[in-house]
Amino acid sequence: MWTWFYRLASPPHVYRTAAALTPWFYAVAAVLIGYGLVDGLVFAPRDYQQGDAFRIIYVHAPSAWLSLFAYTTMAVAGAIALIWRIKVGYAVAAAAAPIGASFTLSALVTGSLWGRPMWGTYWAWDPRLTSELILLFLYFGVISLRQAFEDPARGDRAAALLGVVGVVNVPIVHFSVTWWNSLHQGGTVMRLGKPEMPGSMLWPLLAMLAGFMFFFGAVLCMRVRGEVLNRERQSTWVREAVKS
Amino acid sequence: MNADAAALTVDQVHVWRGDRHVLRALSFGVDAGQLLHIWGPNGTGKTTLLRVVCGLLRPEQGQVAWGGRPIERIRSEYQAAMAYASHEAALKGDLTALENLRYAVGLKRRVRDDELRATLERTGIGAGADLPARVLSAGQRRRVAMARVLAMRAAVWLLDEPFTNLDVGGSALMSRMLEEHVDQGGLALVVAHHELELNRPIRRLELSA
Amino acid sequence: MNVGAFRAMRLILHRELSLSFRRPDQLLQPLVFFLIVTTLFPLALSPEMSLLRDMAPGVLWVAALLSSLLSIDALFKGDADDGTLEQLALSGQSLSVIVIAKTIAHWLVSGAALVVMSPLVATALGIPVDAFATMMFSLALGTLTLSWLGAIGAGLTVGLRRGSVLLSLIVLPLAMPLLIFGASATDRAIGGESPAGALYFLASLCVFTSSLAPLAASAALRITLE
Repeated sequence: MWTWFYRLASPPHVYRTAAALTPWFYAVAAVLIGYGLVDGLVFAPRDYQQGDAFRIIYVHAPSAWLSLFAYTTMAVAGAIALIWRIKVGYAVAAAAAPIGASFTLSALVTGSLWGRPMWGTYWAWDPRLTSELILLFLYFGVISLRQAFEDPARGDRAAALLGVVGVVNVPIVHFSVTWWNSLHQGGTVMRLGKPEMPGSMLWPLLAMLAGFMFFFGAVLCMRVRGEVLNRERQSTWVREAVKS
Repeated sequence: MNADAAALTVDQVHVWRGDRHVLRALSFGVDAGQLLHIWGPNGTGKTTLLRVVCGLLRPEQGQVAWGGRPIERIRSEYQAAMAYASHEAALKGDLTALENLRYAVGLKRRVRDDELRATLERTGIGAGADLPARVLSAGQRRRVAMARVLAMRAAVWLLDEPFTNLDVGGSALMSRMLEEHVDQGGLALVVAHHELELNRPIRRLELSA
Repeated sequence: MNVGAFRAMRLILHRELSLSFRRPDQLLQPLVFFLIVTTLFPLALSPEMSLLRDMAPGVLWVAALLSSLLSIDALFKGDADDGTLEQLALSGQSLSVIVIAKTIAHWLVSGAALVVMSPLVATALGIPVDAFATMMFSLALGTLTLSWLGAIGAGLTVGLRRGSVLLSLIVLPLAMPLLIFGASATDRAIGGESPAGALYFLASLCVFTSSLAPLAASAALRITLE
């Protein structure tokens, strides 16, 4: 049974599978995001408290969710590579990191834009934004660590280990930041609160969430193929693939 | 030296360093009481091979076994029975020669200071036992490293260029140490770029680019 | 095996402490840094004691964090540079034993020393004496946790060029929870309220980190030693 799994995770197999999946992922993502944006930005009713400003949640919430999902993917792929020595895991981890960092940045920017009409400032130490910021630092650490090694194999292993250490810390960071924020509640409640969500608001949000996941999948597949090609460039199957 | 007489086997080992296929399908065995001289030009992976046999570097493919058991499984036991000397003397400059030995050998077996002093005498650095290692010359530091290997009473010696910085007397001493070691049933892998002058049969492994 | 884990730990602890005390200037550097950083704040802000007291927990904790980080770089670097790290790794003792002994030795000469010095700094920042017990206890837990996190970071970055900068970048985000809990405990103690909640969180964080960090740091060292 293990040999089946190892064959599944072999670089050439992953390379071909990722190629096959990419267009489908893009297609599904386009449909879902298309529907989500149209329905959420145009048709969903205005929130009675926040007006139209809340609509940024359709980009902010999926970005934040994906930033965490990407980190977890990176950490799990790294862990699989470290424990079972399945090298394609390092390629997945390396591919996922910059995508996750971009989602984190997107969450921070959209969160900041959301904050402007809500709080009057572009930044407040809201627990979710603060957690996202710390997550961005964690991403930066993993990416920098991988780059810092001259031997890419060791860089992969070190980054994978740091990813695992980081993923354990993410819930701790989230908890501690939420706790910290609750201690310092000033007069105004400075939170990116989700408005009450009737169905007409919720469906487009779920669609955006799913759409972002498929988008992540598509971009990940593309980047994984690039990473695999780079890491396996000495092997025969790559030379064949490049020739054809 | 216990007479466990375990043999070291290296089986189809491949190691890549970056893009370079440094060790290709390397297989050999060394029995107790044997000495293997590993030699070859620079950059052919002699030090890499030694580090693989130590257990510091895991080969991409293949395995190293001691007494038939893979060293990954018996890491502690294997490393406790091993003495490794790199081509640098590996001493803490701020500690005296005696202290260096105490902290290194003491992790492998209980040993008293007077025994360590005697070993330092044996390798010709007895007078420097209480000097901080940083004031010792390169040759003297090498003698301290030799004393460390001796004091560990290890079955497996893995030595990388052990004759570096040694004068004629020191080289002769090193050769005698190796002879005694194999006579007592120990095994040794020695990386050296020159001929070994031992009164014992030596097996050779040449690594080429 | 001839030499058990506890005996090995004692031996390594002895080695580390001997080495540390032979370089007393290096021992003092983080402590002096702690004092200097704390002095920066009144100079930059205001010598008004009431203002300083409000900022005191934060200033104290940030200064302690940065001072501890300064010396963590040296945890494995010295041994890696002179080749003795390999000798330790090949001693037949498990790497976790080595990591635990080294980290505790490091904490004794950095974190614990900071805790002892903290009343001095606290007085300079206007922290009342009845908050000292909480402050010192929380600093002890916090610096110990930081030493563990630093061990992981040091294991990953030893031997890298400009590794110390990367070390700080890796360790500081991981250290933010302990900063939150520790500073909060001190803050509550100053305000006369019970710091129990924050201290419980800090203590559990310390226990959690203490149990997992040796494994992570050993794994990191194994990667480095290749």
